[in-house]
Amino acid sequence: MSLTASELATIVKGALSAIAGAGDLSEIKKVKIEHLGDKSPLAKASQSLGSLPADQKAEFGKVVGAAKSEVNSAFEARVLELEALRDAKVLLEEKVDVTLPAPKISKGGLHPLTILTNEINDLFLGLGYRVAEGPELESEWLNFDALNIPADHPARTMQDTFFVEPLEAKLVLRTHTSPVQIRTMLENKPPIYVICPGRTYRADELDATHTPVFSQVEGLVIDRGITMADLKGTLDYFAQAMFGPEVKTRLRPSFFPFTEPSAEVDFFFNGRWVEWGGCGMVNPKVLQACGIDTEEFSGFAFGMGLERTLMVRHGITDMHDIVEADIRFTQSFGLGGR
Amino acid sequence: MKIPMSWIKEFVDVPADTSLETLEDAFVKVGFEIESIQVLGADLIGPLVIAQVKEIEELVGHKKPIRYVGLDCGEGKTRYVICGATNFVVDDLIVAALPGAVLPGNFEISARETYGKTSNGMICSARELGISDEHAGIIVIPAGLAKIGQDAIELLEINDVVIDAAVNPDRGYALSIRGLARELSASLGLKFNDPALQVEPKRFEVNKSGIQVAIEDPEALSVVYIRTIEGFDIKAVTPLWMSRRIEKCGMRSISLAVDITNYVMLELGQPLHAFDKTKIKESLVMRRAGSDKVLKTLDGQERKLAADDLVVADKSGPLALAGVMGGASTEVTSTTTSIALEGARFDPITIAKSSRRHRLSSEASRRLERGVDPSLAEISTARAIDLMIELGGAKYVGSAFAGSPRYSENLTFDPNFVSKYLGTEVSLKEVEESLVLVGCKISKKSDSHWIITPPNWRADLSLAPDLVEEVARNIGFDRIPSTLPIGKSGARLNDFQYRKRGISNYLASNGFSEVYNYPFVNPKYLADLGFIGERAKAFRLANPMSEEFPDLRTHLLPGLLQAVVRNMGRGQKNVAIFEIGSVFRDTVKLASQPIIGIKKRPTPETIKSIYDGVPVQPVQVAGVVAGKICPDGWSGKADAFTWNEAIGFAIKIVEISGNSFEIVPSDFAPWHPGRCAEIRVDGKAVAHAGELHPRVIAMLGLPERSCAFTVVLSALPVQSTIKSSQLLTMPAAVQDIALVVDAQVPATKVEAALRTGAGDLLESIQLFDRYDKLGDGKVSLAYSMVFRAADRTLTADEVSAFREAAAARALKECGAIVRS
Repeated sequence: MSLTASELATIVKGALSAIAGAGDLSEIKKVKIEHLGDKSPLAKASQSLGSLPADQKAEFGKVVGAAKSEVNSAFEARVLELEALRDAKVLLEEKVDVTLPAPKISKGGLHPLTILTNEINDLFLGLGYRVAEGPELESEWLNFDALNIPADHPARTMQDTFFVEPLEAKLVLRTHTSPVQIRTMLENKPPIYVICPGRTYRADELDATHTPVFSQVEGLVIDRGITMADLKGTLDYFAQAMFGPEVKTRLRPSFFPFTEPSAEVDFFFNGRWVEWGGCGMVNPKVLQACGIDTEEFSGFAFGMGLERTLMVRHGITDMHDIVEADIRFTQSFGLGGR
Repeated sequence: MKIPMSWIKEFVDVPADTSLETLEDAFVKVGFEIESIQVLGADLIGPLVIAQVKEIEELVGHKKPIRYVGLDCGEGKTRYVICGATNFVVDDLIVAALPGAVLPGNFEISARETYGKTSNGMICSARELGISDEHAGIIVIPAGLAKIGQDAIELLEINDVVIDAAVNPDRGYALSIRGLARELSASLGLKFNDPALQVEPKRFEVNKSGIQVAIEDPEALSVVYIRTIEGFDIKAVTPLWMSRRIEKCGMRSISLAVDITNYVMLELGQPLHAFDKTKIKESLVMRRAGSDKVLKTLDGQERKLAADDLVVADKSGPLALAGVMGGASTEVTSTTTSIALEGARFDPITIAKSSRRHRLSSEASRRLERGVDPSLAEISTARAIDLMIELGGAKYVGSAFAGSPRYSENLTFDPNFVSKYLGTEVSLKEVEESLVLVGCKISKKSDSHWIITPPNWRADLSLAPDLVEEVARNIGFDRIPSTLPIGKSGARLNDFQYRKRGISNYLASNGFSEVYNYPFVNPKYLADLGFIGERAKAFRLANPMSEEFPDLRTHLLPGLLQAVVRNMGRGQKNVAIFEIGSVFRDTVKLASQPIIGIKKRPTPETIKSIYDGVPVQPVQVAGVVAGKICPDGWSGKADAFTWNEAIGFAIKIVEISGNSFEIVPSDFAPWHPGRCAEIRVDGKAVAHAGELHPRVIAMLGLPERSCAFTVVLSALPVQSTIKSSQLLTMPAAVQDIALVVDAQVPATKVEAALRTGAGDLLESIQLFDRYDKLGDGKVSLAYSMVFRAADRTLTADEVSAFREAAAARALKECGAIVRS
């Protein structure tokens, strides 16, 4: 049995009017089942095609197809209308105060010394340096002698050293990360490109600008044909990464037993010269102590205080904030802010 | 070193219009940091005159002594002033500020009523004039050194610039007017008149008339001069120009004889020592103390001598600790008229050792430790006796010396090395000029072969880079360009560094704030926390910052707990902190450190013993949570942070390192004995976590049930690269199972039994419920198991069979009964 064209038209009309009459998205869901679902008159009309003779099948098929397509389009259009209606009305009613604090999100953070160390390590990794670390309780020979700081030399007393008992053990809390440089040179053949971050110790009273426990980062390069210009270029690159591309550096002659020539490096920041650290060409006596051929290789080294770098860059005015483990200080830097 | 520019200008023609900035920059350019520049007299306005005390009236009835003093200021009448000092008598010459004068600190002097009198000016102390810190009394000028009414500003050479230049240890020669004047002249390109060349030492004949001297240990000194004078006028006083210069250099004027030795030391850099000649028995010998045990030094102390100490001795025994401090027995006093003056070129290390052994650091030892120009022993002694003759009316007796000056060796130098080392073109002419400027003599064999004779005072010039530095200082470090060398490719963080970074990021992202604590601890506190055995074996510092914290930490928790307390004291209610750092334990007998030089690379055995002499220092990560890890919110209270979360963080840290682990209950301080997990990797304990011991919580006043964890990062093995297996895409089948077991059975054991029983197709298992109200010491554990095969959809029958097999295993191993 098949439908007449007029019967089909009635079905379509009924469907269209139901679609038009649907007032919200839930109503139109019902309309869809009723008029476009498996048991709807239109579906039945489609199913009836199967029983038609072949010559009518094609022709009536087209008519049913057109009817379905008309209802479908009307349905989709009405859904869009109703969705827009919902967006305008219903979602408005569901509006919340999105400025409310997000619950259960805690405030943890990295200490800025960690953030800075990571930043510096990444910078130098990019220049092909390795990150070398070593023990904080260190052999006197590695901390002093090998760096051309002999016992009873005034330079040895320049650094107020912490010694551990018994003194015969010849162990000190390292006064700089330079013993890591010595270890690196004893353990590796040049070329050597390393950066040595770490904790260091000098018996200074804690005050606004000093702390007996502080952090350094040192760099060491040993290669063929290394010059003082290489040192200067590396320091410029480093300073610009730390303090911005406009920053200027200057070297001032100085003295360190382990470098010759030696210099202090300053940078010009916020309208003044700031002392940053020491540097120089590695003293041949140091290379010799590590068995490096000074005819073939030369090198440079530099070292900076991380606390000082932080203080200048972030306007920290009191060292106590850095060392007192107050979580408000850590949290103000979050997970990596600079 | 503090240097008055008026003195410097005696040897360098510094133009009068040279600004302070130019002076500072000039010193900085050649390697001397300027600590301070004082402009003396800048805030002092006259009239400031020399006056004589005519009469003194003591005013009584006041809390302190007050004098009403009549002064002759050269005005033809007596001027009366009130004065609170008492260190003067009638006829003394003093310095008076008259009304209209302004003293430092904008202190205007005017006639004023005080103590019932009119004070018409003020008698000044050195501090009030801003010329020294001396304020024990007013300035009394020795008779004959000033005239009444004379301008005191001029007489006392008050207007001056004093520059304090920091001198690095390799530049001992610069601890003198001579050295710094030379540096300034070189930096400014001005002519330098060497004061040492103005002395004529040969005028003082070497003979047998004075005290003779011998050197017993030539290792300890290369040369010594002893010059003898007599008839020194004990009434002679130090002229003002000399005492003022000594004061401007930061030393004190003491007596003419002593002032002369100090003056010459400041001028030339050579420390001198004056002996009372009459107290010396025959002659002097420079020798080690040897069996002599005691010396009374001129500060009155009995010094215990070490056999190695260098002494100046006569036949009666040691008279002075050479180069460090004179002895009491031969001290020059106010009655000394005969003087034997010693000047020597000592071995710096010998002096440094003595100075440190006796904790005596002096202006003399500071210079001698850094090495003094060997030619100065002869010159400076001559300069000093010259002054003694001129100012003290002394008569020359004779001179003796022993040894001879040892000068640095010549260097063979390729001048082209300078350009190569600095990375910029420096002409041979510039190299030559620079080296000559610092006093080097050059003999040229060819353009690449120079023989350099360093100047007497530069023992530090011994290697080619030392000469490069001299050139660089002279041409200016600004000349050096910027080039960027690139290192080896393939640079990366090592596994440990990656792991450390991952863990700190993980903890910080999950609510922990990172801190760094000082590693200094109090041993009693450590014991109170329950640390015993190996974990209490701390290294003790020989020189701790404070006696309260003499030990190095053996664990991170003690410091972290104190940090928590500090944060709570500052108003925090919830504190979650962590630290990553080294700990130190004195648990292994360490190899003794070899004593070796640095002339060559140590042998592999020596390197090993150096390394083995350093204790292994494990790196830990530890965290403490007091209160909640995040605050209560508007939408509800935050979850409590329990032992379970603490263990979870420790587990996660172990997982970040790529290791698998097992958990066992543990009883470990400072944790709660029933709420502490030990985490093991490869059977070894690597972490502890759980709730803190109630006693510790009470002791520190922490919130109840505070938790902590510690993982020994350096004990976690580095795992090989992760191999990924292909993901299975067939549908998963989920089976839940609830088991009733004895509450004493650890959950991990139940889970392990289920895993084994469930077979290879078990993909994951998750405990989703635990019910402990069954009574009878039983608990119910409900697990959700997910099964998946690689090649097919599992059937319901198959999955049920797996579930039953898992239950059977759990029954067998843990006595677990399936809950129906």
